[in-house]
Amino acid sequence: MKGLRVLKPGPLSLLQDGGRRGWQHLGVSPSGPLDMHAAAWANRLLHNPWGTPLLEVALGDVELQAELDTWVAVCGAAMPLTVDDEPQPPWSRLPLRAGQRLKLGFARSGQRAYLAVAGGFLVAPVLGSISTQQREGLGGLRGEGAPLQAGDLLPCGSGSFVFKASVPWPYLPDYGCKPLLRVITGGDAAHFEEDQLQGFFAQHWRLSPQSDRMGARLLGEALQAPARQWSLGVGRGAIQVPPDGQPIILQADHQTMGGYPLLGWLHPLDQSRLAQCPAYHELRFTPVSVSDTQAELREFYQFFGR
Amino acid sequence: MIRLEPAGAEALLLVLAEQPDALLPQRIALLTERIRGELGPFLTDLVPGWTSLLLHYDLCRTDHLQLAERLKPLLERWIDEPSSKLAGRLHEIPICYSGEDLPEVARLCRLSVTQVIELHAAGDYQVGAIGFAPGFAYLGELHPRLALPRRATPRLAVPAGSLAIAERQTAIYPHSSPGGWHLLGRCPWPLFDVARVPPCPLALGDRVRFRVIDERSFVAEGGQL
Repeated sequence: MKGLRVLKPGPLSLLQDGGRRGWQHLGVSPSGPLDMHAAAWANRLLHNPWGTPLLEVALGDVELQAELDTWVAVCGAAMPLTVDDEPQPPWSRLPLRAGQRLKLGFARSGQRAYLAVAGGFLVAPVLGSISTQQREGLGGLRGEGAPLQAGDLLPCGSGSFVFKASVPWPYLPDYGCKPLLRVITGGDAAHFEEDQLQGFFAQHWRLSPQSDRMGARLLGEALQAPARQWSLGVGRGAIQVPPDGQPIILQADHQTMGGYPLLGWLHPLDQSRLAQCPAYHELRFTPVSVSDTQAELREFYQFFGR
Repeated sequence: MIRLEPAGAEALLLVLAEQPDALLPQRIALLTERIRGELGPFLTDLVPGWTSLLLHYDLCRTDHLQLAERLKPLLERWIDEPSSKLAGRLHEIPICYSGEDLPEVARLCRLSVTQVIELHAAGDYQVGAIGFAPGFAYLGELHPRLALPRRATPRLAVPAGSLAIAERQTAIYPHSSPGGWHLLGRCPWPLFDVARVPPCPLALGDRVRFRVIDERSFVAEGGQL
């Protein structure tokens, strides 16, 4: 089978799809793209259905060579994009002919870019998904959770479009701004002292460099959390407060169960924004209701045909 | 009293009890299967906890209010259900008790190594939860004479198949991973294999007994020294 040959894999490039659903009761993390907004646009530009396998490129420095004529789209972090050294527009679909080299430079703004290909990468799923889960050794090109390596061949089909196309500019996020992220309070929030909850929303937090695909860790004035509880199922966006008082926001590779007190959940669309923040970026939080979140999220899913 | 609480915009938490008890894992397993059977198409994941069940739902098909309404009759039936007829499947798992921490566990518990092995192998355990890693089953309850806090410094890599203890629980690490529990032995069988259906032989509420084997049988049963 033909596809895209990896000349330079970059520091952490992972194949992802809509995530590994239906196995959390056995301890299997759902995984999936950290920024579902940029991933959804990359697939949409190519008329791929929601969750079509694509490549999540962290920080950049990736070089691929096409072995067939196809179309690709790159959305997300601003990484200088060239095809045979010719600069290309971001958040766009473009043709890639056999023999041509696509390069993604280091990210200038944002952390993760999504490279989709017409029809998606053709990789065998593990437990229903090709999403790469490094910690659990699941998914990816060979099914054992490894990130991209030099020499890998990412199998894909050929595609053809008449026109190039770009995401309309009003939809493009500004990854440079200091985000105000929305939080549905809940879980053990009622057991926090009132001033601790206020402190969470009043503070300017910073994103810890210890953050990874499992969790985004916050740095700030420690919160006092209530006592631990019996471990229960946890989902993406859950905000845990461990004994050191520095909150952890669970991301795509989250564990399935946790026992730390929960303060609430990050709005799913703001998880995408968080995924693009570099270490030490300033973060603030504001409350949002469940129903407002659901209405906005439903509209987002409908737009992208989930 | 069962509590239903939204857990973010796409999940509903059922708090089923305030404290875990011996019958609860099987009862939660029963409820999980029933909900999966009746409401499966609306749900993406059902995650049992020690005293709870988290339902991840498909927001394009339902929401927490609609789900709560549909769950009502199911939960009412479940509360009144007698629990005596429930019994999880029994698994007999071979263990070669040759773990690195056996001498230290014996010293800390003021027992001989033989007594530690006998006490551990005599237990009749139950799967109380599955989490932490794929196929990692928390088994309870460990004999009180063997209860120890976790190691002060977790190991960076615990070999796959390691049988370990901490507090009043015991478990087998299905894959090599970091771990803070005390290692007592090794199981030769794979406990999480994506090529099998289901990938994990243990299910919530199942019962587990350990069979003592020597190194030769460990290798014969597929274990790697």
